[in-house]
Amino acid sequence: MSEILQISKVSKIYKNKFQALDNLTLSINEGEIFALLGPNGAGKSTLINIVCGILNFDNGNITVNNFDIKKQYREARSLIGIVPQELNLEAFETVWNNVNYSRGLYGKPSNNVYIEKLLKELSLWEKKDNKLRELSGGMKRRVLIAKALSHEPKILFLDEPTASVDVELRKDMWEVVKRLKKNGVTIILTTHYIEEAEEIADRVGIINNGKIILVDEKENLIKKLGQKILKIELVNTIKRIPTDLKNFNLELNQEKNTLTYIYDTKGKNTGITSLLSEIKNLGIQLKDISTEQSSLESIFLNLVKESENELDRG
Amino acid sequence: MNWIGVKSIYLHEMDRMRRTLFQSLISPFISTSLYFVVFGSAIGSRITEIEGISYGSFIVPGMIMLTILTQSISNASFGIFFPKFTNTVYELLAAPLSSIEIILGFVGAAATKSLVIGTIIICTAGLFVDLHIEHPFIMMFFLILTSVTFALFGFLIGIWADNFEKLQLIPILIITPLVFLGGSFYSINMLPEFWQKISLLNPVLYLVSGFRWSFYEIADVSIITSLITILFFLFSCVLIISYTFAKGYKIKN
Repeated sequence: MSEILQISKVSKIYKNKFQALDNLTLSINEGEIFALLGPNGAGKSTLINIVCGILNFDNGNITVNNFDIKKQYREARSLIGIVPQELNLEAFETVWNNVNYSRGLYGKPSNNVYIEKLLKELSLWEKKDNKLRELSGGMKRRVLIAKALSHEPKILFLDEPTASVDVELRKDMWEVVKRLKKNGVTIILTTHYIEEAEEIADRVGIINNGKIILVDEKENLIKKLGQKILKIELVNTIKRIPTDLKNFNLELNQEKNTLTYIYDTKGKNTGITSLLSEIKNLGIQLKDISTEQSSLESIFLNLVKESENELDRG
Repeated sequence: MNWIGVKSIYLHEMDRMRRTLFQSLISPFISTSLYFVVFGSAIGSRITEIEGISYGSFIVPGMIMLTILTQSISNASFGIFFPKFTNTVYELLAAPLSSIEIILGFVGAAATKSLVIGTIIICTAGLFVDLHIEHPFIMMFFLILTSVTFALFGFLIGIWADNFEKLQLIPILIITPLVFLGGSFYSINMLPEFWQKISLLNPVLYLVSGFRWSFYEIADVSIITSLITILFFLFSCVLIISYTFAKGYKIKN
């Protein structure tokens, strides 16, 4: 799969000396849905705004479909659509005029058939003559999506698209996103909701303190998500893991009193019954048994915590 | 060149004028009429004529300049300030538009509005005084040049301003006094010699003088000086705005 967006060693320091991006490198594949996760102030919106030309950056290079976003900004920006986080719209314009205005800004001649189709897909057709101030928050969000898609971009940035929207709209929005992906549009979204990333993304990136700390296929993450940890606390300490238990790939803690077994909950055979039966045969007495779920959220939080610790040490 | 983008901004801004038609067109008509009542009738009854021109006719070019300057500045400054205020400026910055194209759209619309208003004032003035334009083409040239130049200046104010107070600061504290003291309603020859010299430091004097010359062939300073002054101001504004956009000052930071 070819890379449609390449971000190489990009840094951004704001006037108040806050370093929003720190030598950040990231590549996005054509046609994928990429979810960018990160806590507040991690640099998600800064990154999006820089790629879209809304903010300047200090160092590094960014290319969109091999077009440099500074030197070949016309070609690069023509390929991008952005849905901002805030519901920023002019109050007194109609939906129809405002969406057509956005298309015009990108140098595209008016195409009533396409805009009509777009508004219908986003359930906005009935509201096309309404003034923007008359719309609900959810409808405004749809208008922002229509505006971002009005010039038929190849890459769509969605900055916290489901922030403060109801469940129905969220579902509708993901349907639109899936449809766009089918049509070959690359989608990059930032979100706080990890379930969303799990549901819709092909790949997930985690950003913290202006750095990308993890990029992985969603499948790999789900695999980790599907794993559970079985902790077996023993009455007496043992010197080492008995050879009869080698096949279970157990880990023994430093205190030598707890065995850890990682198993796949989605597998046909978890191996728990055999493990416990072997332990019983070896005459090892158990004090307690507990299980832990490794969620994407816990992976995310651990990674963020680790990156912050590294930063403190550095 | 993204001409469709320029046209979109231009029509978008002109549409704002359509939405506020009453405020945009009726208010200059009313204020012009009031100026004629106050200056033309009340003061004009005591100052019958200046340099062979009736006082009512004499003040017409100054009145047009007063409105053109303030309208060009306020339309252009509001045009770019409003998207900044509502945070919709992102779509201008994200679009494949050069700074020149953005300026052309906003300044073009602001200047057009000023020209429409200028035309309304000329027509309104025609109801009160016997209007005679000696050099109509030069008059139009001055009108367009002034509208564009001060729309550029207004655009600059709109970029600089980060609140409504700042938006009004320069027009109220600097432009309006300069227009009133720039010979809009009198000839500087009526002033004591010291104040005549001080008045020559006022750039608006050159605009009003040149514009008045196109009407009646009377001027406080030569037409060439007027022309050079306004062209100098025009190019200064273009240079500052280009630099501002290139650096992203108050826009991309």
